Amino acid sequence: MTAELIHRLHFAFTVTFHYLFPQLTMGLGLLIVVLKTVALRNGSPMWDRAAQFWGRIFGINFVFGVVTGIPMEFEFGTNWAQFSRVSGGVIGQPLAMEGVFSFFLESAFLGLFLYGGSRLSKKMHWFSAVMVWLGSWISGFFIIVTDAWMQHPVAYNFVNGHYEVASFWKLLLNPWGLLQYVHNMTGATVTGCFVMSAVGAFYLLEGRNPDFGRIFLKVGVVTGLIASIVIIFPTGDLHGRYVAKHQPAAMAGMEGLYHTEKGAAIVLIGQPNPETGQIDNPIRIGNVLSFLIYGTTTAEVTGLDQIPRDQWPTTLPLLYYAYHIMAGLGTWFVLLMVVCAFLLWRGKLYGARWALWALLLSFPLPYIANTAGWMTAEIGRQPWLIYGLMRTSEGYSSMVSAGNGLFTLIGFMGLYALLGLLFTVLIYREISHGLDAVKSEPVHTAGM
Amino acid sequence: MGFIWFWLVAVMIVGYVVLDGFDLGVGVLHLFLARDEAERRATLRSIGPVWDGNEVWLLAGGGTLYFAFPLLYASAFSGFYLPLMIVLWLLIVRGVSLELRNHLDMGVWQTLLDRLFGIASALLAVFFGAALANVIRGVPLKADGYFFLPLWTNWKPGAMPGILDWYTVIGGVLALVALTLHGALWLTIKVSGELEERARRVVRPLWMGLCELTLVSLAATIAVRPQTLDNYYRYPFTFVVPAAVLASLAGIWIWNAKGQALKAFLSSCVFLFFMLAGACWGLYPTLLPASTNSGLDITMDRALSGPHTLRVGLAWWVFGMALAIGYVVFVYSRFRGKADVNGH
Repeated sequence: MTAELIHRLHFAFTVTFHYLFPQLTMGLGLLIVVLKTVALRNGSPMWDRAAQFWGRIFGINFVFGVVTGIPMEFEFGTNWAQFSRVSGGVIGQPLAMEGVFSFFLESAFLGLFLYGGSRLSKKMHWFSAVMVWLGSWISGFFIIVTDAWMQHPVAYNFVNGHYEVASFWKLLLNPWGLLQYVHNMTGATVTGCFVMSAVGAFYLLEGRNPDFGRIFLKVGVVTGLIASIVIIFPTGDLHGRYVAKHQPAAMAGMEGLYHTEKGAAIVLIGQPNPETGQIDNPIRIGNVLSFLIYGTTTAEVTGLDQIPRDQWPTTLPLLYYAYHIMAGLGTWFVLLMVVCAFLLWRGKLYGARWALWALLLSFPLPYIANTAGWMTAEIGRQPWLIYGLMRTSEGYSSMVSAGNGLFTLIGFMGLYALLGLLFTVLIYREISHGLDAVKSEPVHTAGM
Repeated sequence: MGFIWFWLVAVMIVGYVVLDGFDLGVGVLHLFLARDEAERRATLRSIGPVWDGNEVWLLAGGGTLYFAFPLLYASAFSGFYLPLMIVLWLLIVRGVSLELRNHLDMGVWQTLLDRLFGIASALLAVFFGAALANVIRGVPLKADGYFFLPLWTNWKPGAMPGILDWYTVIGGVLALVALTLHGALWLTIKVSGELEERARRVVRPLWMGLCELTLVSLAATIAVRPQTLDNYYRYPFTFVVPAAVLASLAGIWIWNAKGQALKAFLSSCVFLFFMLAGACWGLYPTLLPASTNSGLDITMDRALSGPHTLRVGLAWWVFGMALAIGYVVFVYSRFRGKADVNGH
């Protein structure tokens, strides 16, 4: 294994594991605000207890997000030194802003939210929840700005071998970043909604805490319906068109389009065959891809044959599968949530055991879809580290040998396997006993 | 601009050490001071609402270093690859073991988690001290601005040192003792009864150890890198820094003996501040000295980002940190007073 591959795997593995936690943090942050707002308006202790229950899960999830997140900032320097040296003047900026504008806010108010219940007024406790939510979404914004610059570099000057910021606002308001941000935050909301609905469904199926089960289902399904639709249209649609325009190689790889076509078909299922440059066993719908990208069924879509071989995304089949998994699951989310929302509206959801089972079993799927979405974005960017400017092979820390890199990669794999196990145990315990621990009045909830 | 950013980064590092320092110290001490579960809970409760906020200073400081001095960030982080990865693992173990022990009541596992939390806290203090000593001693920089250090070579601070040698080990032990003392002083503010008394008693031996180590490290630093004194001789009024170090040490002793916990803790903050500021001033304007040839030093001018980046950065940094300090003050004031032994 080459050092370059090890450093890529190092970042890919640690960031993939890390993002399992923030997506729930950001999704739940919003849903806790919903619960707290209802509790504040109708003074219902039930809704307040529901908010506290999710606050406990949020707290555990947050800590795992923090401890797996610190390595991400470090790895820019440790594993991608040459990239950091050349582009630190630009992307160091949003990364530092994340720390200054988001993490201080988030950690301060989370401490108040979790520990300060009895020391705060009801309004102040609600305000803490709002600030925690805002903090987590601001954090997401700065990370997306960082990634967006790597995907679609804007507002920079190249001086003495370094990239410098030319316009601060244009860096922050990179159109790629704004599209990616709304798409990504909707994705995080989908995760939050599915997790909340699944716990609600679990309670009803077991006949435990039925009052809370109904609250979780109501909030989870209604918000989940909105988020599942918005993630496809308009956010996914707009983001996809922008990718097609600025990264035609990525789009061709995502769709498995080896040959440029007029009235290109969309491939629903099939296996790309890099040897023959074809899709094996395809199920296609004619003209749809042209329509989705350009709005007409006859438009020409660029295939890989028009792109120089050395600019094809590396690991092409993985890009294709990642994209198809994301899109396929996205379709399932809409179907499920439309059906469940309809049942909820007719007052039949709480008794429809088959629908509750479907919700319960679907909770891992948004995690897979969010991960696959990020893989689509980042594999699609290859072979570039900064699109069109710097290749991935030019950016890693060449003084850190493959042996040292593999040592720490294996270390992270072992540690994260353990973390995953512990997290599962902790969350399972919270779901089993968490409601007994939260009383009707907010108290210190973190068990200390 | 370089001067400003050098000191802004230094302030972030000091902020991190002063704040996360006491929770690292409490992490070490809870193993020795708390006699039963209630006391242990009270001890950990004193840092519960603030520890992850304190770690934010590390992230925000790292980010600030990243965009203000990209070359230093790239060079130091890749060169110190192995110890940094170990620091990351320790931070993970520490955060997770604290979180787990707060959520699980499972007899024997509790003890394991407490030990892990204590050991990880102690090792982090040692690593941070050794890291600073590495920066003062210098590293074998090459012409391209990069280096790579093994964990140890012959344990001597020569031209081709390892991360650990006798000098950096002194730095590590100094940090461990200083932060443990810092944590003990924090506990005297936050806990009550017998526990408070025990914390106050442990201050004395730690303080004596710290005095000796401070003098030893000062002598060792002058021996390893004599240029450290250049700035002081050039601007003699800056000898106020070592004077302040000694005065704050005296302050810790006197106020702790009088039972004025807050003043003693603040003296410890002042001590940490001036120790770090003194080290930074000894380096300025070098950021990372080369152990082989001082022509290869990473200096401020060489590592600094472009002027527009820094101007823009200064605008949001001042605004953002003013907000951040507001939150920090607000949270600490909300959690003012003793953490109760009996739960709420």
